[in-house]
Order: sequence, then structure tokens, then C-alpha cells
Amino acid sequence: MKSVLYSQRLAPYFFILPFLLTLLVFWLVPVGRSVVMSFQEVLYGQSTFIGLDNYERLWRDQVFWTALANSIRYMVLTLLLLVPIPMVLAAIINSRIGSSRIKGFFKASLFVPALTSVVVAGIVFRLMFSETESGLMNQVVAFFGFGPVRWLREDLTGLFALLLLALWRWAGVNTMYFLAGIQAIPNDYYEAASLDGAGKVQQFLHVTLPGLKPTIVYVTTISVYGGLAMFLESFMLYAGNNSPNNQGLTIVGYLYRKGIQENDLGFASAVGVVLLVLVLAINLTQLTATGTFKKESAR
Amino acid sequence: MTLQRTTPPPVSEPTLDARPRTTRRAAARAQGVLLLVIAMIALVPLAAIFVGTFQDGNEIIRNGISLSVDVSELSLDNYVMLFTDSGLYFQWFANSLVITVVQVAGTLLISSFVAYGFAMYEFRGKNLGFILVLILMTVPFEMLMLPLYVQVNNVGAADQYWAVVVPFLAQAVTIFFFRQYFLGVPKEILEAGRVDGVTEFGIFFKLVVPIAKPAFAAMAILNSMLIWNNFLWPLLVLRSPEKFVLPIGLNTLLTPYGNNYELLIVGSFFSLIPILLLFLAFQRFFIDGMTAGAVKG
Repeated sequence: MKSVLYSQRLAPYFFILPFLLTLLVFWLVPVGRSVVMSFQEVLYGQSTFIGLDNYERLWRDQVFWTALANSIRYMVLTLLLLVPIPMVLAAIINSRIGSSRIKGFFKASLFVPALTSVVVAGIVFRLMFSETESGLMNQVVAFFGFGPVRWLREDLTGLFALLLLALWRWAGVNTMYFLAGIQAIPNDYYEAASLDGAGKVQQFLHVTLPGLKPTIVYVTTISVYGGLAMFLESFMLYAGNNSPNNQGLTIVGYLYRKGIQENDLGFASAVGVVLLVLVLAINLTQLTATGTFKKESAR
Repeated sequence: MTLQRTTPPPVSEPTLDARPRTTRRAAARAQGVLLLVIAMIALVPLAAIFVGTFQDGNEIIRNGISLSVDVSELSLDNYVMLFTDSGLYFQWFANSLVITVVQVAGTLLISSFVAYGFAMYEFRGKNLGFILVLILMTVPFEMLMLPLYVQVNNVGAADQYWAVVVPFLAQAVTIFFFRQYFLGVPKEILEAGRVDGVTEFGIFFKLVVPIAKPAFAAMAILNSMLIWNNFLWPLLVLRSPEKFVLPIGLNTLLTPYGNNYELLIVGSFFSLIPILLLFLAFQRFFIDGMTAGAVKG
């Protein structure tokens, strides 16, 4: 027993054992069972093998394609908002001019929304986007001379509410990522650039942007996953998983509807398998492209 | 600067100098105004919640929330209701507190333990194991929820707190962060411990954990926030209202069949307070923890 406690050969396996057990019991075994179930019809605990029927049904289900399109649209639009805007804000905070107190207040105010739960954020956004004239957003449009908008009943205005919610909650965190990235760029680069006669804008384009590449890759990656996996924001904003014409339904919302609300476990497992394959494909591509595999084996 | 001022400058220079200085000051002022305006807009939803706590809940559900309010209609009724109501709000609050404390402590212990194995030793399968950590770190939980949900139901663990907590104790992001930190710990400390006859586990608990306090602080704060706000997994596991955590409880208040709209806003507001207090006290650790996943350098 004593020698075991001192063994440098056995120790690492003891240390990583909790992870291996978690991986096996909570992820690999359930996912494996789920793959099996995706080829079955599961009714009242009775499973019958039905081959690829679930996948065929999924392929033909119009609602699935609507949900997939909604998720991809949301993901692309959040990328367009949550990469450039935080990058510019970080550059502004990092500039030498301006009061550091205002900047500190700005950073804190932008960061605080990320501390709210999706439930509280969803409740307040749902109430702000109320379709009555007295809702906050309708007061804003009324100020510009437009009539009350039925925000959550129309596709595009509902999407706008979702995007504003995402921007509100995550702009601050992404700004911190970019700020850390900008501050890691050596000052000499800027001095060399300004000696060469580069103005502020040129410095941003030719020094800051290339120096931020790792940060841009990272923020893009988390935004792709976050965008594709979005579910709760819509669930809260529409006060449930149902929205007019499924305009707020995402692929995870579809999975939730089939698996948890309708308890159609065989079919829902097929949905889950398709989503997992999709995400793992992106994941492996990204890990290979950024050279993570090489880096890890070199250590 | 002071030297230049004591000697009278050539006549032509002040005019040349003054222009950049005023444009600089104007730029600084414009920047200040811009940042303050954006900061104010970012705070509007929180201000709306705060104002809403003094308004009639049924009115808010019907007419939405806004910042223009009739001062004569503001009242403390919601607060009175919150503290006198026989409902479950404070039960949920207490459940959330207990789960957060237990799960944060467990996550820090287990995840740092695992990270130490990955950081300090060479062993077969290490690379594969760590790549699995990276994959679990990036694959969103939403994509994996169904298999885990089915598993929990099959083993009869539905509505049990341990089923909420245990699957996430070896938490990938936290493992990743601790591993990065431990890689920077000098290996001489381990050797010194071995020479003194300390076990491999003793080296971790007695020698390495004490010098990793900043990492524990950042991860304690990040996990407190994530777990306090956690909604989806508890929603799938917990069934009895008296076992709910706060976000699930608040969500039930919003449903069309909700009949307790007085509590919705004031309850949401109170749910923010613990995290806001933590943030005010430990702002720097928060930002370190929240940006933990970023690859540094």
C-alpha cells in the first residue's frame, strides 16, 4: 500500500481517474446507448429495431430544417455582431486618451449583464419587448415616430430581440478577451509603425488586427458553438418552446421538443446523434486547423 | 515638460502645439461621452428590473416594462409580498445557495486533482486523455443533454440533487485552467517533496495547492456564477417544486399559468444580488475566470 502512494508511475492514473469515470459513466455510455436508440422505436420502454427509419423521418421533417436554418442564421448574425463590435470597443478602451475612471465604469457596466442568468435576462427582455405601447422598446420606436411593433410575433423583429439579448449579455465578455489580446501585443510594434509614419487607423489595421488573430479565432470558435447551441434565450423570450410559426425554434429546441416534451426517444436520439456529429466535425476541424493535436503531442 | 516651460518658447511654436492638444482633449471628451452612453444603455435592463420591483406585477405582465413610471403608483407591496408570502421563493433561494456551495467545493477539488495529473506527469494515453478534455470543453452541453437525461431517468436518479451535481464535478474548463496554472509551477517543489518522503498526493495537497490560491480564487468565482445561474440541467432533473433551484422557480412564475406575478420581478432582482456582491468584491478575479478559456500567447 505504501509503495502505491509513492509510485510516480501509478499516481497520474489516480489523479485523472475522476475524469475517466465521469467521461465513461456520464458521457460515453449514455451517448453510445443513444446511438443504439436512434435505430429503434422506443414506446413505453419497449424498443424495436427499425433501421434508418428515424433518420429518414428526420430528413423529411420540414420543422427540423426550419430549426436548423434558424440556428445557422442566428449563429452567423451573432458572429457579425460579437466579433467586430467588442474588438473596436477594446481598442477604444486601450487607447491612451480618455479618463481611466470612465473606462473602468464602462468595463464594469458592460460586463455585469454576463452575470445575469438566462432566466432573469429572458424575463426582462420579454417584458421590454412587450407589444403594448408602454413597453420599453415600443417607447423607443415611438420616439422615432413609429407605431407599436408586435416584436415577438414577427420573425425578423423576434430575431432582433434575440440578437439584442445576445449582444447585451456577451459584448462585455468578448471585449475583455480582445482587451487581453491587445495588451499582449508588444508596444515596440506600434512605435516601429508610427516611425514608419502609420496613423492610428493604419496602426489598427496593420499591427492590432494581425496581433489579435489568436483572440479572433478563439472568440469566433466559442461564438460558433454558442450560436449553434442557442436554446434557452429563445425558450425564455417566447416563454416556452413554442413560437409563432416556429420562428424561435432552434435545433436544440427541436431536440428538447422531441426528446423531453414529446418523449419520442428513438427519434430524438437520431436528432441528437446528427447534432453531435455536426459539432464534433466542426470541433475536430478546428482542433486540427489550429494545430492543437500537434501542440499536445509535442509536450 | 517642465524644462521646456521655464525657457520661453519660440513665438511660432505655441500655435502649432496648441492645436493637437485641443483636438486631443476634444477626442478624449468625445470618447468619454461615447463610453458613458454605451454604459448607460447596457445598464437599462437592470434599471428596468429595479424600477419594476416597485410596480404592480400584473400591470407589468400586461403592459411590459419601461423606465417611464408614474411615481405615485410606486409601492413596496412586492417586497412585503416577497417576505410574507408563504410560497417557495426562499426555499428555492436556499436550495440554490446549498447546491452552489457544495458543487463549487466539489468541482474545485476534483477538477484541480485531475488537472494536476495532466500537468505534472508523463504517462501512456495522456495526449488522448487531454484531447478528450478539450473536446468536452468545447462541445456545448445542449448537444449532449438527451443521452444524460435518459441515463438519469433509467437509473432512477430523477429529482435527486446528486444527479444535478455529480456529472459536472470533473469540469473540463476548470481542468483546463488548473492545468495551465500547474504547468507554471516549478518541478523542483515536487522533487523536494519526494526527497522529504511526502506521498505523491501529499505533494499535491500540501505543497502545490497552497501556492495555487489565485487559480482557486478565479475558478471559485467563475463556478459560483455558472452554478448559481445554471438552469437547463436542473430543469431536466428536478421535478418537485420544493426541490427547485432559483432559476427554475423564477421560470415557473413567468408561465402563462403563473399567478404570482408580484414575485416575478422582485424575485428576479433578489436573485442577482449574491452575484453582484461577489462581482463588486472580486471584479478582477471575475474577469480572469470568465476569460479563462482563452489561449494565452
